[in-house]
Amino acid sequence: MTFMEYKYKDSIHRCFRCGYCKFPTDWGAVTNCPSYARYRMESYSAGGRLWLIRAWLNDELQWSEHLAKIVYSCVSCKNCVEKCPLSFRDDLVNMVIAAKTEMVEMGMLPKPVKSFLQNVQLHGNPYGIAAKKRADWMAGLDIQPYQGQEFLYYVGCEGSFDSRAQSAARATAKLLLKSGISFGVLGVNEISDGNEVEMLGEDGLLEDLAKKNIRQFSDLGVKNIIALSPHSYNVFKNRYPDFDGRFNVFHYTQILSELIKTGKLSAPDKSEMRITFHDPCFLGRWNQEYDAPRKVLRALNGIDLAEMERNKKGALCCGGGAGNFLTDFLGGSDESPARIRVREARDVKADILAVACPNCLTMLEDAVKVEGLEDEIKVLDISEIFCQA
Amino acid sequence: MYELRFDEDMCFACGTYDCLVKCQHLELDPEMARIEIEKIIHSEDSFVLHDCVTCYACEEYCPNGNHPFYLIVQKQEELNISPLPEPLIKQGVQMGIPFRGEPEIQEINGTALNMGVFSQLTNRVQGRLFEGLTIMSDDPRKMFHYFCQLMYLHYGKTSVINERLKKVIDTIAAHKVTEVVHFHDECFGTYTSYAPAFGIDVPFKSIHLFEYLFNKLEELKSDIKPLNYKVAYQRPCSSRLSSDKHRFVSKIFDLIGVEPVDREYVDENAMCCGATIMGQKKEGSRQYCAEIQRKNIEDMKSAGAQICVFNCPACMQTLGKPVGKTGIMPLFMSDLCRLAIGEKVA
Amino acid sequence: MGSIYNALIEIVGEDYASNRQEELFTYSKDLGTSEPQWPEYVVAPKTTEAVQKIVRLANKEKIAIVPLGGGMTLAGLALPLKGGITIDMKRMEKIIEVNESGRYMVVEAGVSQGKITSYLHKHHTHLMHSETGAPPAATVGGNLAIHGQGDLAHPYGFNSDMVNGLEVILPTGEIARFGSCAIDSGWYTMHPLPDLGLFLGWNGTTGIITKVSLRLFPNKKIREMDLFAVENEALIPEILYELTHVGFSEDLVAFSSEIPPMMNKLHSISIVITGDSEEEIEFKRHLIFDVKLAKYIRSGVGGIAAVSQDRQRPQISKSADWKKGGGFEYVGAIMPVSAYPECYRRGAEISARHDIPYTVLGRVIGSSHGMMFSWSYAFNRADPETVRHAREALHETDEQVMELNGTIWKPAVFGQKLMMDRMDTNTLQLMKKVKNLLDPNGIMNPGNWEVGQ
Repeated sequence: MTFMEYKYKDSIHRCFRCGYCKFPTDWGAVTNCPSYARYRMESYSAGGRLWLIRAWLNDELQWSEHLAKIVYSCVSCKNCVEKCPLSFRDDLVNMVIAAKTEMVEMGMLPKPVKSFLQNVQLHGNPYGIAAKKRADWMAGLDIQPYQGQEFLYYVGCEGSFDSRAQSAARATAKLLLKSGISFGVLGVNEISDGNEVEMLGEDGLLEDLAKKNIRQFSDLGVKNIIALSPHSYNVFKNRYPDFDGRFNVFHYTQILSELIKTGKLSAPDKSEMRITFHDPCFLGRWNQEYDAPRKVLRALNGIDLAEMERNKKGALCCGGGAGNFLTDFLGGSDESPARIRVREARDVKADILAVACPNCLTMLEDAVKVEGLEDEIKVLDISEIFCQA
Repeated sequence: MYELRFDEDMCFACGTYDCLVKCQHLELDPEMARIEIEKIIHSEDSFVLHDCVTCYACEEYCPNGNHPFYLIVQKQEELNISPLPEPLIKQGVQMGIPFRGEPEIQEINGTALNMGVFSQLTNRVQGRLFEGLTIMSDDPRKMFHYFCQLMYLHYGKTSVINERLKKVIDTIAAHKVTEVVHFHDECFGTYTSYAPAFGIDVPFKSIHLFEYLFNKLEELKSDIKPLNYKVAYQRPCSSRLSSDKHRFVSKIFDLIGVEPVDREYVDENAMCCGATIMGQKKEGSRQYCAEIQRKNIEDMKSAGAQICVFNCPACMQTLGKPVGKTGIMPLFMSDLCRLAIGEKVA
Repeated sequence: MGSIYNALIEIVGEDYASNRQEELFTYSKDLGTSEPQWPEYVVAPKTTEAVQKIVRLANKEKIAIVPLGGGMTLAGLALPLKGGITIDMKRMEKIIEVNESGRYMVVEAGVSQGKITSYLHKHHTHLMHSETGAPPAATVGGNLAIHGQGDLAHPYGFNSDMVNGLEVILPTGEIARFGSCAIDSGWYTMHPLPDLGLFLGWNGTTGIITKVSLRLFPNKKIREMDLFAVENEALIPEILYELTHVGFSEDLVAFSSEIPPMMNKLHSISIVITGDSEEEIEFKRHLIFDVKLAKYIRSGVGGIAAVSQDRQRPQISKSADWKKGGGFEYVGAIMPVSAYPECYRRGAEISARHDIPYTVLGRVIGSSHGMMFSWSYAFNRADPETVRHAREALHETDEQVMELNGTIWKPAVFGQKLMMDRMDTNTLQLMKKVKNLLDPNGIMNPGNWEVGQ
């Protein structure tokens, strides 16, 4: 692609590198851009990355692995979109994704990204695990295959294959079963939703996945989808309509909130527990849903719900987005965003760091272990908290 | 160019001189009023021209529809007696200059909702009450092409209005509208009161927002759940130009089950929000503005209002925060109506 | 080369040292019109000890070092003019102490302005610092290195007048402290010890500021901004004089701009008033508008354009995008307040010639003891012609400042030369002696303020 073919050629130069994008909503830290938090070099800040992309596309800089790492270290958390005061801010993450797309088309990708995409293409999941194992997570649970029920429960790749995230998938399913709502799953027929694939710049593969999913959903008569992961929620809600896939999409916390309100689900007693909630980017900043998870948590009897200083629109991303839960560009340091985040949970003296996303779950639980905080904080998905008696 | 259609004989024959006698801001008995009105008609200096707070009320007080306020403003300009300091006038006049390119004209061929210079308030016109309406002037960069200009009545500048208004009318008409619902009451006043008073042709029908809301609420009557709030209404100056539509305020309130509180500053006795008084040249204007704002809000509070219903964004901008500080919720009428049919308001 | 890089990695760790093209490119760029100046290395230390080691390394290797804070001077002052190592100070951002009764805070110099504002707002609501006009990513150390001013300039002066203590790494690597902290008495005062003001306003050419004790000031519950407008620029100095006599404003800024049209050829004075009660605020409004400024209102030459406007801290600015081009740079000069009218006129003229919408402002310092007057020139980063025009406008403005007997604030090399050409010879020679004394190897941000260059 020449610069003239770059979709954002008319606006990418407008970034002034003023640095607002480094801050959360309350200006309390300069480390709210996850890649900048990790590396603290201006090249890794949102603005610095855009200047590099522009220089590369203008042939001022040659492609290098380091450049690719910088570009791919953007985890699409949208803090920059939230904070930038200028009129093109809605395109900031898209500008980076468009640069990733160029790298995809050139075939010049960091190895972990290449593996991620190849695995999705071949196996329908980024882990490279055989598709026939996709339903292993629900062993022992009385979950029906989707055959026209009111809801499709879409589990996603992490919930299906990651051993930690499988627990969240199971807990959510148990709650849905307990509440009596009518739902089914795709089991081994489920494939990647395509959200991370798009964030990694492979828009062709996203289109492919979307169309396959839409065809399958439509053939089965799916109208309503409950997503375990906010990443799935995001792509089904906001991108699938572009491919003529229109469904009513819910994140599972929205369903739980409604079930609690209508008395179909009762909350367990969690007295004397201090819980803090980590806002997932694809539910929060991407879709402005900050309330449903909190409503669900507040329904728990006796808890003390504490907010970390950086919360809601200003939440610090766990660093797992845009496939980084596997590609891991932001790990390996005590300034990795996930580690910063669990320290923030510790600082508010939380017993439980509650999450509503399998990405956040795996990233933050690993961080708790590396920080040596296992005796102080448990990372639990909201569904797991609700399932524990 | 455009001449004010004013019948001076009507004024000379007026027995009451209500325009000035009823004025809430100046003290004139009928004899003084007669003398001052005659001076004004004859383009002589009158203290009224210096001290007028430009609240528009005399347009309503005049029993003959003889446009005393338009006359006052015209004479202010003629005699170079501006109510505001020159820099504020210049600022106001310059503010109305569009500078971000031409508007996109899309043919509507139906009813439009004209946001005027309030393009940023499109979230006040959402939901079922506004379904089927095409919004005009929703781009803040282009909104001054839709600016009705009537604000310049506060600046003693009918010349600016008369210079610019035709182009604005042409822009609206270019959308091929049949009817236009005006979000801002003042736009409605421009096209139904000011324009005819100056012989400016308006090739589209204007609908008052409150009349539109009332009719729409009637259609959706079965969805209305009475709100049971006690409300005060902040009547804007521009409402004086369409006093025949003021009745829709109480009609809407009746329909949606809110109780207008029994207070002093209502209907003909409504109090100006003070926005344009604050900066006036007349000594003590800033304090006078603060005083009438305080009285107005105290009046709402002591009458037990829970909500203050606003018509005009300028009143909301001026009084919204101080009203809110007293525990009264400021709400636009359109939002109140949305609440009545069970919609959530952002 | 390899050995310097390895030595840097040894000091800060692999993640925080780079000689890769991407970092070098990024740090070669100033946000203004300066041409790129490439460093050879970029390093981001976290502790004073790490900075010290880097400075010692630089002396040993005779390689230049340039300390970088937020990079918001827009005058290229943190660009490595002679290559070398750019030291990104922003990892040194701890808030070490807030002393409420003494009204000061001790911070590492790389802390951002935004973090300070936020911290005080959350934990010490009745205290505030003087926040710069630059975006919140600007640092304390950088601002002091250029004698910055902020939103408390009118009552309390330059930000560099609000320093109770400093810790500095000298160009030869020693750590030195100034103020009561030097005698281990805490960080509460700079005076009465002998004046060793060799680092404030020296643009990072005499040492690296690592810790600062900043004065804090009363922060009241209510803050509002009022606007007073005039058409005749000649009235500004006298109105500001009157307002500074009243003395109840927290911040006074006179400004004028071509865009939006509303502001064109008009001059507004932003008057920030604070109070702990509505009564206090109204009292101040009364003195300012009903007493002091009444005569201007009465005669119609001045008017109250707005009252009780929200005043956010930090302030958000969109000025960088005026030409939809992501760039602007400004000449800031410390001028007598009486120079406002001429500064405006010349600025409007230069802007018109370069086809840039004029934008000027003057922030009052002290009791009209001076003002920071700025002429901003927007450019489109993607259009080199506009960059050239902006650069020329800036140079012309620098020359006008000298013609008007002003003092260019934080000048780039061009402006530094203009000032040094006019400077008292003995003063200049003393500057050179100080620089040579402190920096015998000439490694500290060389190329800036170099006498006899």
